[in-house]
Amino acid sequence: MINLTINGLAVSVEEGTTLLEAAQSLGFPIPTLCHMEGLTPYGACRLCIVQIGQDEKAKLVTSCTYPAQEGLEVRTASNRVLKARKMIIELLLASCPQSKTIQDIAAKYEVRQQRFKQEYEDCILCGLCVRMCEEQMMAKAIGFRGRGETRSVGTPFDVKSDVCRLCGGCMYVCPVCELRCTYNEPEKAICGACSNLSPPCVEKEPFDDMMCYMDPCVVCEIQK
Amino acid sequence: MNPEVVSNILQKHRDVRDGLISILEDIQSQFGYLPSEALKIVADETGTSLVDIYGVATFYKSFSLKPRGKHLISVCLGTACHVRGAPSIAEEFEKLLNVRAGETTEDQEFTLETVNCLGACALGPIVVVDGHYFPNVKRTAVAEIIARTREGIDKIEVKTDKRVFPIEVSCQHCNHSLMDSMNLVDGYPSITVTASFDRKHGRLSMSCLYGSYNVASEHVLPPNTVLNLFCPHCHADLSSGTDCSICQAPMVPMIVRGGGMVQICSRKGCKNHMLDLSGINL
Repeated sequence: MINLTINGLAVSVEEGTTLLEAAQSLGFPIPTLCHMEGLTPYGACRLCIVQIGQDEKAKLVTSCTYPAQEGLEVRTASNRVLKARKMIIELLLASCPQSKTIQDIAAKYEVRQQRFKQEYEDCILCGLCVRMCEEQMMAKAIGFRGRGETRSVGTPFDVKSDVCRLCGGCMYVCPVCELRCTYNEPEKAICGACSNLSPPCVEKEPFDDMMCYMDPCVVCEIQK
Repeated sequence: MNPEVVSNILQKHRDVRDGLISILEDIQSQFGYLPSEALKIVADETGTSLVDIYGVATFYKSFSLKPRGKHLISVCLGTACHVRGAPSIAEEFEKLLNVRAGETTEDQEFTLETVNCLGACALGPIVVVDGHYFPNVKRTAVAEIIARTREGIDKIEVKTDKRVFPIEVSCQHCNHSLMDSMNLVDGYPSITVTASFDRKHGRLSMSCLYGSYNVASEHVLPPNTVLNLFCPHCHADLSSGTDCSICQAPMVPMIVRGGGMVQICSRKGCKNHMLDLSGINL
């Protein structure tokens, strides 16, 4: 067992436990976005940052990827953490202001200002869908492509993958729904949720401007 | 695309685990780019998923998924080149080649790309064509660079390159000149001898430019062949008793006009040579 203190409370956890799990077991709330039980920790969204160490040596780390260490002093809500976390939320909100998930987090942590240009990106590159596809669906149909500014998620060569079973798992976990409905381009379709509806969306008239946000897609119903 | 070529490359890398980048490099050097079929074969045979291979192939800038032209033109847009007007040079290339940066011309001759620094800032604005550096490029010089590339960038400029100069040689046995003004190599009269190897005999014309290794031969000379060279006039064997210090093939001496001796290695592909001008009066 490893002994550490979180916000002054002594706790002992098993070896291999992450700081996030340890803090949550004590009931300290830490917001997460790219973290999901059953998927490997990734540390992409940086929302779960906590402060470790003391005074000048204190630093911020992502609690979802940081393993508990003997004698570690963790603070989940110091001023420094809260300030940094607010900034991260603000940046996430600027890149994807349309995302319900990010809006909710922003509301919860009282981010009320928007100093950055709103980008309306389709993707925050959290990697949830990629991990879902690989680890839970055992498919590896989608992955990251490119780097830097042009990094994106999708299938190789942007064509429908041979190994994709149209399970829709990637759509289900996506916090901003990167993988928009492409059923009007069947060769690129990844989700296929609409074809499971009855009647399938494809048979409906104003099909072109529909976007499938979550499974089941109900955009066509709303538009009525 | 030939699937066998890809299989051979994979065979070569079979024992090395995690050799994906080396495999992709070999495929790219073979085809000039990474064909999608080749990546699928790599995925099938190595067991790495296509998603991961595609991720690596799109991550590194040196890999291209689109066919590239015969010549690669890189225009530096680094800070030093930028302040000296590199953007207008890139623009001029785009205009003259009628492509945008990152694209290939329709005739598959040129691929134009911009890079962020070539590490030769003092020479800026700098353009690199097939590994050949053009320093201090001006907008007016762009057309000339393209023309020179079309002509062949490795062509030796005898008039401006001081390391290259023509020599005249004669046979050490009969003292007859070996120069042949009927067969030009590099635009100069060639040194012509009779070459024999593997029961084949034929004319071999070598460039008389000291520093050029261009030859014209009647027969195709396989690499690493040791040739027996004979004087076309007295038919004497030209090789001497000394052996090449690199590959141990016999050296072939010839008398340089004006005094001195030049020796060349008789093995195809070995560039060992010696120039002894001790007898010359300058």
